[in-house]
Amino acid sequence: MSLLSVRDLQVDFTTRNGRVTAVNRIGFDVESGKITAIIGESGSGKSVACYSLLGLLPMPPASVERGTAVFNGRDLLAMTERELRQIRGRDIAMIFQDPMTCLNPYMTVGAQLVEPLIYHRKVSAKEARTRALELLTEVGLRDPESTIDQYPHQFSGGMRQRVMIAMALINEPKLLIADEPTTALDVTIQAQILALITDLQRKRDIGVIFISHDLSVVADIADEIVVMEKGHVVERGDRLRIFEQAEHPYTRKLLAAIPAGSKVPAECAREDLIQVRNLCTWFPQGKGAEPLRAVDDVSFTVQRGEVLGLVGESGSGKSTIGRSLLRLVPITSGEVLFDATDVTQLQGTALKHMRRRMQMIFQDPYASLNPRMSVYDALAEPLLLHGIESRKTVEQGVLRLMDDVGLARAFVRKYPHEFSGGQRQRIAIGRALATRPEFVVADEPVSALDVTIQAQILELMLNLGREYGLTMLFVSHDLAVVRHIADRILVLHQGRVVEQGTGEALFNAPQEEYTRQLLQAIPGRILLQ
Amino acid sequence: MWRFIAGRLLQAIPVILAVITVTFFLVRVAPGGPFDSEKAVIPEVKAALEAQYRLDLPLGQQYLAYLADLAKGELGPSFKYPGRSVNELIAAGLPATAELGAYALLVAVVLGGLAGVIASLKPNSAQDYIPMSVAMIGICMPTFLLGPLLVLLFGIHLEWLPVAGWGDMPGDKILPSLTLGAAYAAYTARLSRAGMLEVMSQDYIRTARAKGLPEWQVVTRHALRGGLIPVVAFLGPAFAGLLAGSFVVETIFQIPGLGRFYVQAAFNRDYTMILGTTVFLSTLIVLFNLLSDVLAAWLNPRLRAQFGEA
Repeated sequence: MSLLSVRDLQVDFTTRNGRVTAVNRIGFDVESGKITAIIGESGSGKSVACYSLLGLLPMPPASVERGTAVFNGRDLLAMTERELRQIRGRDIAMIFQDPMTCLNPYMTVGAQLVEPLIYHRKVSAKEARTRALELLTEVGLRDPESTIDQYPHQFSGGMRQRVMIAMALINEPKLLIADEPTTALDVTIQAQILALITDLQRKRDIGVIFISHDLSVVADIADEIVVMEKGHVVERGDRLRIFEQAEHPYTRKLLAAIPAGSKVPAECAREDLIQVRNLCTWFPQGKGAEPLRAVDDVSFTVQRGEVLGLVGESGSGKSTIGRSLLRLVPITSGEVLFDATDVTQLQGTALKHMRRRMQMIFQDPYASLNPRMSVYDALAEPLLLHGIESRKTVEQGVLRLMDDVGLARAFVRKYPHEFSGGQRQRIAIGRALATRPEFVVADEPVSALDVTIQAQILELMLNLGREYGLTMLFVSHDLAVVRHIADRILVLHQGRVVEQGTGEALFNAPQEEYTRQLLQAIPGRILLQ
Repeated sequence: MWRFIAGRLLQAIPVILAVITVTFFLVRVAPGGPFDSEKAVIPEVKAALEAQYRLDLPLGQQYLAYLADLAKGELGPSFKYPGRSVNELIAAGLPATAELGAYALLVAVVLGGLAGVIASLKPNSAQDYIPMSVAMIGICMPTFLLGPLLVLLFGIHLEWLPVAGWGDMPGDKILPSLTLGAAYAAYTARLSRAGMLEVMSQDYIRTARAKGLPEWQVVTRHALRGGLIPVVAFLGPAFAGLLAGSFVVETIFQIPGLGRFYVQAAFNRDYTMILGTTVFLSTLIVLFNLLSDVLAAWLNPRLRAQFGEA
């Protein structure tokens, strides 16, 4: 008998525009000692389905319309809130996507960690602490004795996720629900967390539901894969079967969206558009403290028409380089020559003119667009500011931009919140291209997006790059993505360039140990073969 | 932490000095003087009085002399209460005002905080609308209206509580504290509701629920602290408002506090008394703002760590 058996589950949401069925009569099973992956885009209902099992959805607006979820012989959906609370955190535990926001910033890690143990098992505070220390050691936290009394902000993202995992496992649950547990993490940290989850799961012989938008993440670890689209389960099956003989077109689309293969380097004009010489960007850290050397003596060139990829983990300085080139952060020393002009010395109007030729696309299309400006306002502003269009012609200019980035003209008066993540990123790209720049810095432009959307946006950027004759600096933590779009790649580590080369060369014959580690961390080896 | 506090105290000095200077010259610019009266005063007597209180000196010298006294902690003699210094008068009025202020603050925090938290737990329901509507009324209603209304209801109609006085009869402190605290309770309610709503939508609240904690523990253990930080930050400004507002309440309920001295001093052109109370109150206000800032920062571990390094 399965550990958890979900049948005919339907969850509706009551919205202002009527009822929406988020989860439409789905079924799946989870076995002890096995990992069941639920895969789908945002809005496919994968998280809603799992949250509804534990009564963690706000009701209203959500309501479970029908279905059963038999766990250990009892139907979770038929339980009262009181009964369910006995299960939550004891027999079924959860870990969430963003370890930055999922821990209470006002409580020490230790205090949060022991809570489920003290509440469900009524153990003494001292016993609970001992147990917490054991678990923190097991999940690989260094020096738990001293870190247990620290606050979450003193931990890195990966460490916080380890704490979350320890917290979920402290009551030795039978089922663990992991909701995109590695999506907010760097590739290398992701690899560590995935290894940790599988390791702990095997040792304890527990069942795991692993929710993700990315098939490649679960490619190495899942036993069974459930693919969801628009509230339906479209395909279910054994991992190898899904990867080798996917039947449903949507599953095939998901598989096709995984960035694979290297770009064939473009024929470049062999003319350096950008020359960076000994660039240093240091951030002061208060009196007496050594400055943080975010970018430390970095030199490179970008040829006209080339896409240069910058790859590294958080803290490697890759974003800071992009910002330094555009003078968005103060540069400590070094030269940045753009078309033979030293950008670091520009002031006033000269700087403004230069800004017109260099633009930036940011990671988070939710945060980088002004929520009070419509698409029209967002796109018209740079056109007018830089005198590219007159008041009379600006509307045409805006509509042309929308065509270019693949947004329907009918959306021109809509506001950012009315768009999906991918559409917002299209707006952001349109905004960056409005000034007809020669050079664009794209800072993790697809990291916040689902894989399928990610593939579309990458395609769009490649096409626009050709059409506009763009030179691009593409910053990302994801080597697979960068390899797909960049002609040449720089690998960064702790503010310095570790290695550079074409995607092909780096993947097949990495010279440096660090590059090898990065490559090792890319999930879904099975897909590369 | 200590450096931060010392820095803020240093910043306070120019603020208080500016308050003194403006007040000093403003009261002298206002028409009339302390020894003007309806009956003609013999010029020699008036001259003697002015000499005694240094009013015959040029304005600049008066100002400097006042600052010199202030540096020694002396607020000077009162013009209207012969033989008594401003220090003594403040000392006499302070206990009642301080007590009233403290109770009113308690009313504001406890009643307001409770109402806000309760309202936030079921937003956009009766549990939210009722306390929030009451709070809106509380904000809109001036104390000189609320006080007499409360007196009518609880003092005269129901005869539960005394109508006036301070410390003479049991329960006579309740109505004044309520009257003075009501508006601040209303602000606190709105602040804590907003703060709690914000916190309750955070991911870590979902984490707490996923642990299986009952809702009341989710609220008390995980949400309250973050949700009430805005309220703590508001306490400083609230205290300033309470002090300034206590005059009306002290008048309604016949409380021998500082507020009454203050306003009478203004009517009487009792220069030293006006200045003395102003200096005293503004110092208190600066201190309380500092205190609430420090407290709000201390409640946030991230800011606390920064203080520790500074």
